Amino acid sequence: MRHLLSTRDLDRETAIGILDVAEDMADVSSREVKKLPTLRGKTVVNLFFEDSTRTRISFEAAAKRLSADVINFSAKGSSVSKGESLKDTAQTLAAIGADAVVVRHSASGAPHTLASAGWIDAGILNAGDGTHEHPTQALLDAFTMRRRLHGSASRGKGLDGVHVVIVGDILHSRVARSDVWLLNTLGAHVTLIAPPTLLPVDTGQWPCEIGYDLDAAIDADPDVVMMLRIQAERMNAAFFPNTREYSRRWGLDASRLDRLRSDTMVMHPGPMVRGLEISAAAADSARSLVRDQVASGVSVRMAALYLLLSGDREVD
Amino acid sequence: MSRERFLIEGATLVDGQATDILVDDGFLTVGPDARDGAADATRIDAAGLIALPGLVDLHTHLREPGFEQSETVLTGTRAAAAGGYTTVFAMANTSPVADTAGVVEQELSLGRAAGYATVQPIGAVTVGLAGERLAELGAMAASRAKVRVFSDDGVCVADPLLMRRALEYVKAFDGVIAQHAQEPRLTAGAQMNEGALSGTLGLPGWPAVAEESIIARDVLLAEHVGSRLHVCHVSTAGSVDIVRWAKARGIDVTAEVTPHHLLLTEDLVAGYDARYKVNPPLRRADDVQALREGLADGTIDIVATDHAPHPIEAKDCEWDAAANGMVGLESALSVVQKAMVDTELLSWTDVARVMSAIPASIGRVDAGAPVASGSRADLTLYDPGVSEVFATDRLAGKGVNSPYLGIDLPGRVRWTFHGGTATLRDGALIEIDDAAARAREELARG
Repeated sequence: MRHLLSTRDLDRETAIGILDVAEDMADVSSREVKKLPTLRGKTVVNLFFEDSTRTRISFEAAAKRLSADVINFSAKGSSVSKGESLKDTAQTLAAIGADAVVVRHSASGAPHTLASAGWIDAGILNAGDGTHEHPTQALLDAFTMRRRLHGSASRGKGLDGVHVVIVGDILHSRVARSDVWLLNTLGAHVTLIAPPTLLPVDTGQWPCEIGYDLDAAIDADPDVVMMLRIQAERMNAAFFPNTREYSRRWGLDASRLDRLRSDTMVMHPGPMVRGLEISAAAADSARSLVRDQVASGVSVRMAALYLLLSGDREVD
Repeated sequence: MSRERFLIEGATLVDGQATDILVDDGFLTVGPDARDGAADATRIDAAGLIALPGLVDLHTHLREPGFEQSETVLTGTRAAAAGGYTTVFAMANTSPVADTAGVVEQELSLGRAAGYATVQPIGAVTVGLAGERLAELGAMAASRAKVRVFSDDGVCVADPLLMRRALEYVKAFDGVIAQHAQEPRLTAGAQMNEGALSGTLGLPGWPAVAEESIIARDVLLAEHVGSRLHVCHVSTAGSVDIVRWAKARGIDVTAEVTPHHLLLTEDLVAGYDARYKVNPPLRRADDVQALREGLADGTIDIVATDHAPHPIEAKDCEWDAAANGMVGLESALSVVQKAMVDTELLSWTDVARVMSAIPASIGRVDAGAPVASGSRADLTLYDPGVSEVFATDRLAGKGVNSPYLGIDLPGRVRWTFHGGTATLRDGALIEIDDAAARAREELARG
């Protein structure tokens, strides 16, 4: 694997391959000594143009468990306001000798530009770009679902026939996009539920169903309900009237939680806004896999770094 | 020093007729008379070359004053000459903004001194393009620059009352408001055409309705106050429909389309290559087809380049941070040939109309006359028979932000004559000092 930029261009075989390597990595994480020598001598740079402590520490833990040297480069704010261009930053990292760059950027496509502009030869791992994609989040979501469904027999399996409902701000969510492409590739059936204002204007080509009614989606007996974070400031741009109305219509409250099957998975990419899109009861219920998702994140990111950096690098 | 004369032998006129053309003392003699007194003229073998009237661009960003790192009047008019243009209308979004008589007269003077093309300044509609109060439109109209086209291009005159007043006011001196139709509230943060692709790429959308709603409003305002409206860079099928409706209703509206909107689609954005970032954005294939048909049936009156040079660093970056715009003067004729002539939607007679005569008429300048005896010697000799990969050697301005680099385009401008001076000689621009010296001679003669 040369880069990991999106889940849209992952085929099923490659995706399952990553998840299977992540299973091996999860085994490492359950050992007393949680460390492999695999990436010793490799340098991984976490290049974060947006604050995201959760994602950064997950990547940092993943790289360290593989014995890579980790450099955290926090370049908060856009490259423009900061004064240094993305190109100069990339060339600086190339000069330092970075083997992989994990990049989080507010601009959709920035990792794609890093990977294709010829500024740096390192493998590029997209850790979330604008409202475009967040591929490792989708991979960890799929990994978490697969483990819950198949346990230690997960290897080699997809998510065929699994019904996943994703609820919330689809329009601004890179997680939703990456989930839609990946879960569909793995055979799952995806339904997106959101206020019409928080859906892209044309989703006709998306491999999923679209609805506005969370209650109807719950009545359809889904296997997974994934709640997305709602930013309260969206109401200032007239996406919805106020947080109370949003919560009533699209929040996973206690009564909706009660209508789910006992083995329905409740997921959330975090950080959660308790009381808005998800009630405390739902977040803390036995159905909740939120902490499993975090643990899976390290395994999946170890797998991605391993596949990017071990063995012979492909030449493009 | 007597002026160099040219005998152009065997050129093809837009109607297909082959003829000789004499360029003498700033004027043309076309037909059998051309050889009279052509004894010491420089001879040009024009077999296979089409003789077009010098092209007129109603929408050029020359960037000077203020953004000389992107382009200057000199470099921009060199790009114009390389593309076969002899008159360019310079947009007002300079720094300072061209919102006073002083700035437009400065631009006029810079153009005259450079000598590559006539620079006709456009005046801003509002002070500083801020959309709050009218600029001194009358002072600019009465200045030496004789401004008749007013535009806040780059931003829309969004306030409907201000737009109404501007349309009304310029009637006093036969002016026209050239509107950049973009409803600002519907396009906050917009990065590309809004549709299926913007949703997938995660780029905030620029919906067609943001353009169409402003055009609809403005044609109704123009009708109400009996004024002349020009719509810049129409980019959507819906806009074509609205302009068609307005014209059928008798509203005095004209519209332009850019070469890039006639050829390129939003699909190019998928690789996040900022060379394709432009405002209004590249649209769907259906829009491109509607624009071509609109230009062919006269709904859209002219092609205007929206030549928008930027320094390399403004495009060599992530998509969000990149500047909008593409250079277009050097490639416009080739793109129009590919999109309109080779597809048999326009004849060369039509090309002369939409790229020379009508833009001059909208802008109220004395240019765009047909290639005929007695016409001023603004002339372009174009070879439509070649096809080559478009490369940076074709670019003559400061900007290299062309979306056509690396793709095959037909045709090449061989000669450009501006007021009888050959500014482009067999594909090569004349030296800067020579152009300036010729310009001084012309000014001295009056």
